[in-house]
Amino acid sequence: MIRQQVEAPSARRTITIATRLLMALQLDGPLLIGLGLIATYGLIVLYSASGQDTGKMLRAMVHLCLGTAAMLGLAQVRPQVLRRVAPWLYGLGVLLLFVVFVEGEIGKGAQRWLDLGFVRFQPSEILKIAVPMACAWYLQDRPLPPSAKSLGVLAAIILVPAAFIIKQPDLGTALLVMAGGTMVIIMAGLPFWIMLVGLFAGSGVAWLAWSHMLHDYQRERVLTFLDPQNDPLGSGYHIIQSQIAIGSGGVFGTGWMNGSQAQLDYLPERHTDFIFAVIGEEFGMLGQMLLVILYLFVIARALYLTSQMQDTFARLLAASLALTFFVYVFINTGMVSGLLPVVGVPLPLVSYGGTSMVTLLAGFGILMSLYSHRKLVGS
Amino acid sequence: MAPKVSIKNFFREQQLFQQRMLVASVLIGAAALLLFGRLFLLQVLRYDYYLEQSQGNRARLDPIPASRGLIRDRNGIVLAENQAAYQLELVREQVSDLDATLKGLSALGLIPEDGINDIRRLVKSRRGFEGVPIRLRLTEEELSRFAVNRHRFPGVDIRTRLTRAYPYGELGVHALGYVAAISEADLPRIDRAAYAGTTLIGKLGVESAREKELHGTNGFREVLVNAQGRSVQKAGGFAPDLRSRAPKAGSDVILSIDLAAQQAAEEGLRGRRGAVVAIDPATGDVLALASHPGFDPSLFGRGLTRAEYREMSTDIDRPLFNRALRGTYPAGSTVKPVISLAGLRYGAITPEESIFCPGSWRLRGYAKPFREGRSGTHHAISMEDAIAKSCDVYYYELAHRLEVDHLSEFMAPFGYGAPTGIDIAGELSGILPSKEWKKKRFKTRAEQVWFPGETVNMGIGQGYLTVTPMEQASMVATVAARGKRFRPRLVTALRDPETGTVTTVPTQALPAVEGIPERDWDHVFAGMVGVIHHGTAAQPAANMSRTAYTVAGKTGTAQVVSIAANEKLDKRLEERQRDHSWFIAFAPVEAPRIALVVLVENGGFGAAAAAPIARRVLDAYLLPKGTDTQPLPANAAPSDVDPESAE
Repeated sequence: MIRQQVEAPSARRTITIATRLLMALQLDGPLLIGLGLIATYGLIVLYSASGQDTGKMLRAMVHLCLGTAAMLGLAQVRPQVLRRVAPWLYGLGVLLLFVVFVEGEIGKGAQRWLDLGFVRFQPSEILKIAVPMACAWYLQDRPLPPSAKSLGVLAAIILVPAAFIIKQPDLGTALLVMAGGTMVIIMAGLPFWIMLVGLFAGSGVAWLAWSHMLHDYQRERVLTFLDPQNDPLGSGYHIIQSQIAIGSGGVFGTGWMNGSQAQLDYLPERHTDFIFAVIGEEFGMLGQMLLVILYLFVIARALYLTSQMQDTFARLLAASLALTFFVYVFINTGMVSGLLPVVGVPLPLVSYGGTSMVTLLAGFGILMSLYSHRKLVGS
Repeated sequence: MAPKVSIKNFFREQQLFQQRMLVASVLIGAAALLLFGRLFLLQVLRYDYYLEQSQGNRARLDPIPASRGLIRDRNGIVLAENQAAYQLELVREQVSDLDATLKGLSALGLIPEDGINDIRRLVKSRRGFEGVPIRLRLTEEELSRFAVNRHRFPGVDIRTRLTRAYPYGELGVHALGYVAAISEADLPRIDRAAYAGTTLIGKLGVESAREKELHGTNGFREVLVNAQGRSVQKAGGFAPDLRSRAPKAGSDVILSIDLAAQQAAEEGLRGRRGAVVAIDPATGDVLALASHPGFDPSLFGRGLTRAEYREMSTDIDRPLFNRALRGTYPAGSTVKPVISLAGLRYGAITPEESIFCPGSWRLRGYAKPFREGRSGTHHAISMEDAIAKSCDVYYYELAHRLEVDHLSEFMAPFGYGAPTGIDIAGELSGILPSKEWKKKRFKTRAEQVWFPGETVNMGIGQGYLTVTPMEQASMVATVAARGKRFRPRLVTALRDPETGTVTTVPTQALPAVEGIPERDWDHVFAGMVGVIHHGTAAQPAANMSRTAYTVAGKTGTAQVVSIAANEKLDKRLEERQRDHSWFIAFAPVEAPRIALVVLVENGGFGAAAAAPIARRVLDAYLLPKGTDTQPLPANAAPSDVDPESAE
């Protein structure tokens, strides 16, 4: 009894100090914990999935630090600044995409990267944030649900960069960029009947894309998704092997660093896009569900924070970031488990890769900023 | 009324937003459930299926070939064994400079210089971690030459594999057979799974007939392999759970062959074309089975070049031809003991009755007389002397009295005209003619008629009557055993090399020749003993005198009826038109232990060419081991022999 009385105040004091620190840094505690758990889980899995490659581990930690820095930095940026920067950021992103596109045309080959000498990055990643920002910026002072004219402008905002990215070709990123913009429009109150029309129009566009825009390898991926056994050693190999990995893991998994599919190279891209299959093999269904629940927790928290926001720009942007995060998770897990065709979408915060790690955490930085500065905006 | 500039309704917008948030949350929940359902399907419902797939991925079966059973003679001497053969293997990823390595090996004389390009292509076509054989069958000398230079060739190593070896070379190749690479023709008769890892299969003779027992059961070892097919010990923390099964060695096959007898037969046939078959009359055990010329069976095991095979198969001496089992020849005078028995059986003659031999015999309706084989007359001659001196006139008369259908009816139980059923494949049979046979054989009526002259010719083993040496041997054994017959066999027992358990193959009695009284056999035996003492084989060239055991025999000379169409006209042709030389014998006469037949193609007179070979085989088998066989007399060469007096 006595000890409890002694301990309780000090514990309370610690929490208070942590809360104050978080408030000072404009951060959200539960969201931070959720992201931290996912990233830690990711590092543990990566050690196994990379074949115990300590070099990759170190680089992954550097990526995580860079992402955290971006998150911390962006959390300090006031929404007013974000709002002002939005159109310029979007313009810069499209410009860089154009540069990459031209370089690619000259170099006659796939081109995604922009080399600035000291750092290489994919301009398409900027658009993952810039497109929803631009959409939210465009809608902030307009009456909602958006008018037909607004929808036209928004469609252009989304499709221009998306077209460049598909041309790169990077179907996965293009899908995520489009998802980011579309989420804004949907949350802005796009009537359901337009969504239906959009669905049909989308099918039409998909047909057009199929016959004119998609590369052979992209087409193959779709065909393979429909029937993986059709080409077991070619493009069906990814799907077959990842399903074997997941299925053979069972409920409890084979154990860390103990999955034969992953450790013997049967699973392609096991430390990047297909890392979810490694989790399935080594940690089983429970391990996979744990990760998905962590994701759902993060998304739920992000949506809760969003619901507390007052102004249109913040709400639309925050909701889009949270929902796009889920799209990320669903597309990746869906493709790895054979629900969706194989598109190059990494598992957020777990797959090895610096750019996506930084972009994702930057997005959460923006979300936290929007939340912590909400009262200033609302009042 | 709808104003052009609408004012933002914050409350309505907020409501709309909240509603959308709700819908989004529901959709997220639904999507998560869909995903969980998918995982449940894969990891719970289809768990067993994917587990098996995963195991099939990582485990590769490496077969461990069982060692092939040995083949031994009746005294346990090994006639076919397994021997380590050395080959050079190259692992590309361990070789720093492939071209330099191949040049270096070529400079050492280990690979041919003009073969470098082929080898490079072969090596590049395989995966980098695979060992590619670049040179097979290193000799001991090459082995040591490589061994001292090994440090210069990282990634090149010596690998050992078992191949078949025949310590006595060509000895008995037509009985033993040989092994060679499994060919497409072999595939239907083998279980391909059971032969995974096996490279050689028995092709002829015992090697083929007992393939199943000799082969054994291959074992396997599961090897952990990664996606590139490279075998790995361990990956990450992945601990392999691998199965293996030890191979079960093939059974040793114990033959009835007696090495000494076989060697004597082959030495006797050296420089000739012909066959020797010796049988134990009491069991049917084949003591010697030789066909000459032969070939080196190990050539096939190591792989024959096209040129080598062409040379072998087009050789005018036909080394691949198994004369003992597949060569059909006129029986010649060797048929006379059986004709004598037929005469006694049907009462056509008595042992005491004499027939006058003026040197020729006339048949009504025939312009030309049937002549005595060589020269001379036998005057009045009775059965035992007729056999000993091989009097043709006596048998013209006897055959004529008997009629062809009686002859063939009587001869059939001795095995004429039917394969003996020896336990290796490929046997052919000769012809036992009869009126019925001739009707079936020929198309036109004119040809189908059986002429009395043909019966007369059959009496001295000419005409349509043909036999293989194998059939002859079986017939001699039947005579020696006084009518008892056994199916000739080469394999007497199988021995499990692991447990030492010996399974004997039972002898197989055939229907005996019935109805011949003992005294008839005695008369014929007396005649055949007479052949040795004062008959056709009494001349020194036959080398049948002063034996340590009693011998009964019969010479034979078979006329070469026609020349094979494909034989080229060269200087050897003349030699090939000479008569074939037969000698049949059994010994000891009182209790025969060996019955044999010797055939020398174009050997001329049976006593001169074939009998000395028979003597060697008899000595080798019947005399205690270590006793020298009598050397051939100096005048034994077929060219300078006195003609047989009465054949």
